[in-house]
Amino acid sequence: MDNLLSIVTFLPALAAAILGIFLKGGTEAADRNAKWLALIATGATFLISLFILAQFDPQETGFQMVEEGRWLLGLNYKMGVDGISVLFVLLTTFIMPLVIAASWEVKTRVKEYMIAFLVLETLMLGVFMALDLVLFYLFFEGGLIPMFLIIGIWGGKNRIYAAFKFFLYTFLGSVLMLVAMVAMYAEAGTTDIPTLLTHQFPAGEMNILGIHIVGGMQTLMFLAFFASFAVKMPMWPVHTWLPDAHVQAPTAGSVVLASILLKLGGYGFLRFNLPMFPVGSEVIGPFVLWLSVIAIVYTSLVALVQEDMKKLIAYSSVAHMGYVTMGIFAANQQGIDGAIFQMLSHGFISGALFLCVGVIYDRMHTREIDAYGGLVNRMPAYALIFMLFTMANVGLPGTSGFIGEFLTLMGVFQVNTWVALFATSGVILSAGYALWLYRRVVMGDLIKESLKTITDMTRREKAIFAPLIVMTIWMGVYPAPILDRIGPSVEALVADYETAVANMPQATQIASQSH
Amino acid sequence: METIILFAPLVGALIAGFGWRLIGEQGAMWVTTGLLFLACLLSWIVFLGHDGTTQQIDILRWIESGTMAADWSIRLDRLTAIMLIVVTTVSALVHLYSMGYMAHDANFKEGEVYKPRFFAYLSFFTFAMLALVTADNLVQMFFGWEGVGVASYLLIGFYYKKPSANAAAMKAFIVNRVGDFGFALGIFGLYFLVDSVRFDDVFAAAPELAETQLSFLWTEWNAANLMAFLLFVGAMGKSAQLILHTWLPDAMEGPTPVSALIHAATMVTAGVFLVCRMSPLMEFAPEAMAFVTFLGATTAFFAATVGLVQNDIKRVIAYSTCSQLGYMFVAAGVGVYSVAMFHLFTHAFFKAMLFLGAGSVIHGMHHEQDMRNYGGLRKKLPYTFWAMMIGTLAITGVGIPLTGWIGFAGFASKDAVIESAFVGSQGGYAFWMLVIAALFTSFYSWRLMFMTFYGNPRGDKHTHEHAHESPWTMVAPLGVLALGAIFAGMIWYGSFFGKTNEVVKFFGGEYAEPAEELKAAVAERSPKASELHYVMESAPGEAAIYMAPENTVLHEAHYVPTWVKLAPFLAMVIGFGTAFWFYIVNPALPKRLAESQRPLYLFLLNKWYFDELYDAVFTRPAQAIGRFFWRSGDGATIDGAINGVSMGIIPFFTRLAGRAQSGYIFTYAFWMVIGIAVLITWMSLSGGAE
Repeated sequence: MDNLLSIVTFLPALAAAILGIFLKGGTEAADRNAKWLALIATGATFLISLFILAQFDPQETGFQMVEEGRWLLGLNYKMGVDGISVLFVLLTTFIMPLVIAASWEVKTRVKEYMIAFLVLETLMLGVFMALDLVLFYLFFEGGLIPMFLIIGIWGGKNRIYAAFKFFLYTFLGSVLMLVAMVAMYAEAGTTDIPTLLTHQFPAGEMNILGIHIVGGMQTLMFLAFFASFAVKMPMWPVHTWLPDAHVQAPTAGSVVLASILLKLGGYGFLRFNLPMFPVGSEVIGPFVLWLSVIAIVYTSLVALVQEDMKKLIAYSSVAHMGYVTMGIFAANQQGIDGAIFQMLSHGFISGALFLCVGVIYDRMHTREIDAYGGLVNRMPAYALIFMLFTMANVGLPGTSGFIGEFLTLMGVFQVNTWVALFATSGVILSAGYALWLYRRVVMGDLIKESLKTITDMTRREKAIFAPLIVMTIWMGVYPAPILDRIGPSVEALVADYETAVANMPQATQIASQSH
Repeated sequence: METIILFAPLVGALIAGFGWRLIGEQGAMWVTTGLLFLACLLSWIVFLGHDGTTQQIDILRWIESGTMAADWSIRLDRLTAIMLIVVTTVSALVHLYSMGYMAHDANFKEGEVYKPRFFAYLSFFTFAMLALVTADNLVQMFFGWEGVGVASYLLIGFYYKKPSANAAAMKAFIVNRVGDFGFALGIFGLYFLVDSVRFDDVFAAAPELAETQLSFLWTEWNAANLMAFLLFVGAMGKSAQLILHTWLPDAMEGPTPVSALIHAATMVTAGVFLVCRMSPLMEFAPEAMAFVTFLGATTAFFAATVGLVQNDIKRVIAYSTCSQLGYMFVAAGVGVYSVAMFHLFTHAFFKAMLFLGAGSVIHGMHHEQDMRNYGGLRKKLPYTFWAMMIGTLAITGVGIPLTGWIGFAGFASKDAVIESAFVGSQGGYAFWMLVIAALFTSFYSWRLMFMTFYGNPRGDKHTHEHAHESPWTMVAPLGVLALGAIFAGMIWYGSFFGKTNEVVKFFGGEYAEPAEELKAAVAERSPKASELHYVMESAPGEAAIYMAPENTVLHEAHYVPTWVKLAPFLAMVIGFGTAFWFYIVNPALPKRLAESQRPLYLFLLNKWYFDELYDAVFTRPAQAIGRFFWRSGDGATIDGAINGVSMGIIPFFTRLAGRAQSGYIFTYAFWMVIGIAVLITWMSLSGGAE
């Protein structure tokens, strides 16, 4: 199959189109058909994506399975995967069927709901595979729309506020990225990402309006891309849209947001910022490390005092993404390996945690922590699963959460011990908020009248969790196959980065060392 | 065989945890216990057949990233072999004991199934502990390290309906994480310096680390000292040393067999094991080791003072554990790792026995734990009484003075620690703290015995009438442990604290004639010890422990002045005499003393106010800062600024689209699509123009 990547990318969109065109009416039967079609389409996408994994050669450091062609207005269509992106593709196709299955109880506008998720899947997959700037931008920005709709239509009470906050934050960041893309095109004369990766953008110093800019164009471009991806991550201090978006989004929306959408930012850093603007990275990197560490400590402390379960987990997500940005801008093998691993692992763990909230929200229709307590008495299976993911979230060795955290910290220790010190203190704080949440919700005697009749997880719910449990433990105990696939591409990236930094202008070297 | 030892408990835990519906509660209990006894049997075979050489068994690849490689594997040397028998023996006995102890638990209602869960946790703990002691690299050790932490968390919070148990479980986990924070930094640092996390590589690089400067935080440090210190912070958390000790007494909220297994015999000794395991590094870190000695001695003293006045029988033993761990750290700190392991080894037997004995008393007294409500139980619980008596004789160190080794297990090992401390601290702080702590140990141990088993019954009459001896499953483990508490010291005295060549050989090393200058130096320092025959020759990492040739503490400890050898014995006698006077001869005295010395009494009773201090300095401020960041940081500043901007924009949209209702969302989306389409078109056109 020569166009495997395109098949995987557009299969969900095809299903969405079929739904939109052929499925009529809001009858119960139509809703059921919509759900099944969505489930089958996402499931098939996952199965086909396994072929990508099978065909992928771990030794190869460049792009593989590349497809190229022309499409409208003479734009270039180019797709491909490398060690950095291929596992994100798999993560996306893996999570989506679970998300659809978790939405089985949706009652309003089921058809549109399924279409939104299917389109979203296509767009997210496109982001990870696009090898052309314009194509990338299209997928990247396009993804905003279905997510905006998901929050805005199927969300909670305050959904309009949250949807706009989500949209404006992410959109304003992207505008700068667009400007930078135009500038890149003007400079390099191509929108082809593999070519841009080898292009050396000028790093000579610049003076703009009397401001002296170390690293010149590279620094400016870095900042423009950074603005967009930092919001997506999200990094402190542009993280405040995330808790609101999570709280208002329906469970499935939260899962997609946490599991996949947040990863777009980290992926962007690895695809654009670090390899294309190494000098810019070297100049701004130390600053990013500090932002990451502030994110870890600050949001962990904020998580400690949350009263809404989803908000707590959302803040915990921001803290975990802090490890990712920290690992990326440590710019060494362990740091970046760890960052990619952490993103994958967070995809399973945070997704599962939001599903955990969803399970009891479906029953009690509240996310207030105080409304719960003593669930273990009536929901032993739930207590066990929630415990597992709580422990994975605090980075317990033997779960996938440990490896990413550990490698990123190990990477950053080699760069800046202060940052490592503060970031490592995050492991104490995460234990604090996660166990405190677990204790208030699950432990204790069952006193509250309203909970006396609560029922344990159904078979469908358990089936949704099962793959996540398997992945979390498997990646924690035997991560070698995954690290094998990430490793070579990262090694090449780090080597290129180090060469570029070693060759950078003398004055820039001195200036960046003064950080 | 080693692989079976390691995984048998895990298999047991999985079967009991997930398969109990199939095999029943009894089945789950017997499967876990049976597998543990199997592991125990194999461990003894491995231990007795071990010749001291280091073996390596690879299991599975784990984390590999660049030059960083940490794989699952088993490192079998003397240290591992010792820990294998300690862990599996105590664990197997505790499993058996728990069958009786957990038979009926008032914390659970009729029909609630809790036994399989309990046994699954116990077995899981055992697996994690074995993974810790068999690790061949720091990261796998960290896996076991945190794994036992989780098991401990689960077991302390086993009575999940009790708020106090849940609080204690959380506290244990979080305080341990503070220690892990140091441990993790130590691992990062060692990887940075050595480019490997495998023990072999780290040990081989140790001499070099002593010469290396590392820039860490604000200044340059000696690499060996800094790394040793960071790893020791981890040990402080796990082994409940001062500053990070607060979780251990609270951990007594767990069922008593848990206290015996985890919080006395095995998990809390992990810190001591870590220091001994890292002895090749520690030997090159004199400043860090001085700190270990100081902190160990201080903890031994501190915990013993608190133990003097506690009334909860388990808390007395908990503080006693904390104190005894301090002894072990002093031994390691002065460079006689074999003696630290010796005390760890004997302590496991007698302390597990004291806990299980206490559990038997609690079981017999219907879950009453306050010693003020005991009294005169000798007749009602005869076996338990004798077990506790043996345990007390062992912990207080009863033996024939000046023979050095003829006596109960604690006599041999504790005197070895104190004599080493005398040499290592030149008769200074550590030595005196340990001697005073020995006096206190004797006092609180006998106080416990007298309050529990002697005098008249106090408290609820009904409970005393129904007090009963425990079933065989509980008494039999006491008997086995009693053997250890009596004989372990005498049997293995030579291996742990014999002549240098004996000890070195036991731990798989080579010994050689010392250099002449060294002989002269020793002769000058302590004339009695002038006959230095052998010193360790193996390079760092070649044997299970490493003692630098200049480290002659082990040798000199045999030639301390007679008064030093007698000091712990005298302290023990004085402690016994005082307790006898206070609780048998003149039982009204303690109360009067407590009243006349009220501030001191309260200070001790409230454990030197550490909990209150931490609450005020860490817990509350963390929450206050979190709240401040949330409300003022996220809320007012960030959202305030950004909403200020966006709220100017949104009304603009809303005016266009009418009121913001979900029906109009499509309108917004439509405008977005238009916007993006415009942008893309513009871009492609400008691109197409080239």
